[in-house]
Amino acid sequence: MKKLNVMFFGIILICLALFTAEYELNKDSGGGKSDKVVNIFNWGDYIDPKLITKFEKQTGYKISYETFDSNEAMYTKIKQGGTSYDIAIPSDYMIQKMIQNHLLLRIDHKKLKGLSNIDSKFLNLSFDPENKYSLPYFWGTLGIIYNDKYVKASEVKHWNDLWNPQFKNSIMLIDGAREVMGLTLNSQGKSVNDTNANDLEAAYRKLKKLSPNVKAILADEIKVYMAQNESPIAVSYSGEAMEMMDDNKHLHYTIPSEGSNIWFDNMVIPKTAKNIKGAYAFLNFMLNPKNAAQNAEYVAYATPNGAAKKLLPKSMQRDKVMYPSNKTIAHLEVYDALSQKNLSKYNDLFLQFKMH
Amino acid sequence: MNNKKGHIGRNIYLVFVFLVLYLPIFYLIFYSFNSSGGMNHFSHFTWNNYKEIWADQRLILITVQTFFLAFLSSLLATIIGTSGALGIYSVKNRQIRTLILGLNNILLVSPDVIIGSSFLIFFTVLGINLGFTSVLLSHIAFSIPIVVLMVLPKLQEMNSSFINAAQDLGANQWEILKGVILPTITPGIIAGYFMAFTYSLDDFAVTFFVTGNGFETLSVEIYSRARQGISLEINALSALMFLFSLVLVIGYYFISRDSPKTNRREKKMHQDLIR
Amino acid sequence: MKTRGLYFSSYVLWLIFFVLAPVALILYQSFIGINGHFTIDNYENFFKVSAYLQMTFNSVLYAALITLITLLVSYPTAYFLTKTKYKQLWLMLVILPTWINILLKAYAFIGIFSQSGPANNFLEWIGLGSHQLLFTNASFMLVAAYIQLPFMILPIFNAIDDLDESLINVSHDLGANGFQTFWNVTFPLTLNGIKSGVQVVFIPSLSLFMLTRLIGGNKVITLGTAIEENFLVTQDWGMGSTIGVILIVTMILIMFLTGEKKRRRR
Repeated sequence: MKKLNVMFFGIILICLALFTAEYELNKDSGGGKSDKVVNIFNWGDYIDPKLITKFEKQTGYKISYETFDSNEAMYTKIKQGGTSYDIAIPSDYMIQKMIQNHLLLRIDHKKLKGLSNIDSKFLNLSFDPENKYSLPYFWGTLGIIYNDKYVKASEVKHWNDLWNPQFKNSIMLIDGAREVMGLTLNSQGKSVNDTNANDLEAAYRKLKKLSPNVKAILADEIKVYMAQNESPIAVSYSGEAMEMMDDNKHLHYTIPSEGSNIWFDNMVIPKTAKNIKGAYAFLNFMLNPKNAAQNAEYVAYATPNGAAKKLLPKSMQRDKVMYPSNKTIAHLEVYDALSQKNLSKYNDLFLQFKMH
Repeated sequence: MNNKKGHIGRNIYLVFVFLVLYLPIFYLIFYSFNSSGGMNHFSHFTWNNYKEIWADQRLILITVQTFFLAFLSSLLATIIGTSGALGIYSVKNRQIRTLILGLNNILLVSPDVIIGSSFLIFFTVLGINLGFTSVLLSHIAFSIPIVVLMVLPKLQEMNSSFINAAQDLGANQWEILKGVILPTITPGIIAGYFMAFTYSLDDFAVTFFVTGNGFETLSVEIYSRARQGISLEINALSALMFLFSLVLVIGYYFISRDSPKTNRREKKMHQDLIR
Repeated sequence: MKTRGLYFSSYVLWLIFFVLAPVALILYQSFIGINGHFTIDNYENFFKVSAYLQMTFNSVLYAALITLITLLVSYPTAYFLTKTKYKQLWLMLVILPTWINILLKAYAFIGIFSQSGPANNFLEWIGLGSHQLLFTNASFMLVAAYIQLPFMILPIFNAIDDLDESLINVSHDLGANGFQTFWNVTFPLTLNGIKSGVQVVFIPSLSLFMLTRLIGGNKVITLGTAIEENFLVTQDWGMGSTIGVILIVTMILIMFLTGEKKRRRR
C-alpha cells in the first residue's frame, strides 16, 4: 500500500510542478485572445524560429505554431473543424482539392504588399489560377539522386535508365503512388496526370518490371539511408536531396529531361480562420524579400520570391539542384488533384506493385 | 558449484538483454554530441545541439506539455482501468467476461489513424473544443485497455480464500479492497501505470487528430519534422529526457522501497485479517 | 453488488463513449462506398482482391512471429530478473527505453544496421563479413521485437515474482530436477502472465505499419499499411474502415480461440 501511496502523491506533485512550468512558459509566449494570436499550421521545422520572434516583435501578434506531417492529415483536420488556423501551408494538388471543397478564403490582392516580388513563373498555375487562394512559399522538383561512387552521371539521365538490369536491387523509391506511377508515365512519354485507363494499365505493366531493381520503398527516412551509402540510386524530392547531399558529398541530383514533377507549398487562409488581419500581416511579412531570404537560408528549400533569391549567398543562387534552368522547368508538371476514383486507381495499382 | 555457474550464465544473459535494450538509446545520445548533421559519421564533439534546445522556447514548452499530459492521463487511466479490471473480475459469466475483454482490446488492435479520426469526429460532433482537454481524454481512453490487461491477471491469481476470510470477519467492501485486494495487485497497477505512460509518450496519430489551440506534444513535433530531416537537437533533447527519467525512476525506487520492517508489519496485518 | 456498480461505472462509461461509439462509427463507415452511398462494395472488394487476403495472412503471420521471438527472449529475462537483487529497479530500467520516441529509435536502428554501421562492424570483427541487414524480414522482426520486449517482460515478471517460493521447494524436495520443476510448476503457474504479455504484444503487432516501411522497406505489406494508405493517402475512409473491422474481427476470433479454456480451479 505504501508503494501505491508514494506513487500516487508523487505523480500529483509532479503534475502540479509541470503545470506551473507550463503556465509560466505560456505566459511568455502569448496564448489567449484570438485577435492577438495568429495560428499557423505548417510542416515541422519549416520556418526559421527567429522569423517568428521577429514577426511577433514587428506586429505585436503572437504566433501559435502547430505542425502536420502530411497534406492529407492536415486536410482532414481543417475539413473536420474544431480548430481555427489562420494560415496553413499545403502543397499544390491539396490546394486544388481544398478550393474544390470550399475550405479556403479568397486572398484579396489589394491587401498584399510585395506580390510583385514573386517570380511570375510561379504565379497563375493550374492548381490555383490567378492565385486567388494561395501564395507560393517554397517549391521543388522530383528527380534521381545517385551516388558517384557506384554510378556515373551518364547512366542515370532518363527515367528509363532505372529499368537497366545492371541496377539490380539498387534503387530506393519514394513511397507515393503519384510519384512512382508518374515517373513511369513520364518514361512512356505520357503526362503525370494521365487518367486514361489503358495508359495506367500499361504503366503498371512496365512498373512491374522495375521490381527486381527496387531495393526498398521508403518515405522521409530515404535521406538517412542515402547519406550512409546504403543504396546507389534513389528517387526523391529536391528538398530531400539537398538534405542528404549536405551529409554525403558523393551524392548528386538530376532531373530527367523528358519531364518530371514540380511541386509547390503555398500559404493559404483556411475558411476556419478567426484572425484574418493577422493572417494578412503574416502573408505580407513572408512576401518581404529579406524575410523570405532568411527563411530560404534556414530551411534550404528553393524560394519562389525572385527578389529574395537575389539576397541569397551566390553559391545557393547558382545551385542547380534547388534552382534548375528555365529550360528544365518548362518540362515539369504540377500534380492535379485527381478524382476519388482515379486516385484510388493510382493507389491500387501502386499497392499491387508493392505487394509484388 | 553448479549453482555458481548458473549465476554467471544468468548474469551474462541479463547483461546481453540490457545491452540490446539500451544500444539504440546510447547510439542516439552519442550522436547528440556530433557537430555534423546526421547520425552516420561522427565529425567532432560539440555541445551545440544542447545549446539549441535552450534557444528554442517552443520546444521546451512542448516537452513540458508532453510530460504533464503523460503523467496526468496515465494516472487517470490507471484509476479507471483498475476499477474496470475489478469489475470484470466480479463478472462470473465466462462468456460475458470474454466479450467485455474483447471490447476492451479493440482500441489496442485498431491502428492509430482509425482511433484518431473517429475520436476527431466524435469530439467535433459533441462540440468539444479541440485542445488539451480532447487530447487528455483521448490519451486516457487508449491507455485504459493496457491497464486492464496488466491488472486482471493479478486479480485472477489472487487467492479468493483471503477475501472470503475477510468477509467472514465482517470486513466491509472498502476494507477488503484496501486491506486485501489492492496490496495484492499493486505490481499490476504499477505495471499498468508505466505502460499507460509509455503509450501516452509514444502516441503520434491520435494526438495529431484531436489536438488544437496551440497544444502539441513532442511526438507530433518529431514526426512532422521528418520531412525536413530530424535535427540532432531532438537527439539532445531525448538524451536530457532520458537522464531525467533515469533520475526519476531511481528516486522512486529508493523512496518507495518497503523497508523489511514495514514489510513484516504488513504481513502481520494480513495474518491478523485471516485469523 | 453495490460496489460492483461503483467500480464499473467509469469503466462502462469509457466502454460506451470511447469503444462502442467509435466502433459503431467505423462499422457505419465501412458500408460507405467511394461515391458516398450505402453499399457492401468494400467488403466485396476485400474478399475479391487477393492482395488483401495476402495482407491479412501476412499480418497474422508476422504478428505471431514477432510475439514468439519476444516471448522467447522475455521469459528467461523475466525469470532471471526475479532472482536479482534490486529486482524492481532493474524492471523499471527495462521500461525506461520505451520512453524515447519510437521514430528516433528506428532511425538509430537504421544507423546501427547500415552497411558501415556497428552491427556490420561487429560481424566483420568476428569474421562473418558484412551483410545487407536492412530491408530483410529478419531485421524488421528483430526491431519490432525490440520495441515490444518491455511490454512482454513486465507481465511475465509480475507473474513469476508472485510465485509461491514454497511450491518450488516442495517440488525439489520431491526429487524433481530443475527442468521438471520449471515445466510442471513454474511454467503453468505463470501462464496468466504469459497470456497477458502475448495479448499486449500480439494485438498491436497486427496493425504495424511504420516499421514495415522504415526498417522493412515496404517489402512486407500488412493490413496496417493498407489502412494507413486508405485513411491518409486515398482518403477512402470507407475501405479503411472495412479493413479496420476485419482487423477487429480477426483479433476477437483469435482471442476466442486462445482465450480462457474451462479449467478446474487449482
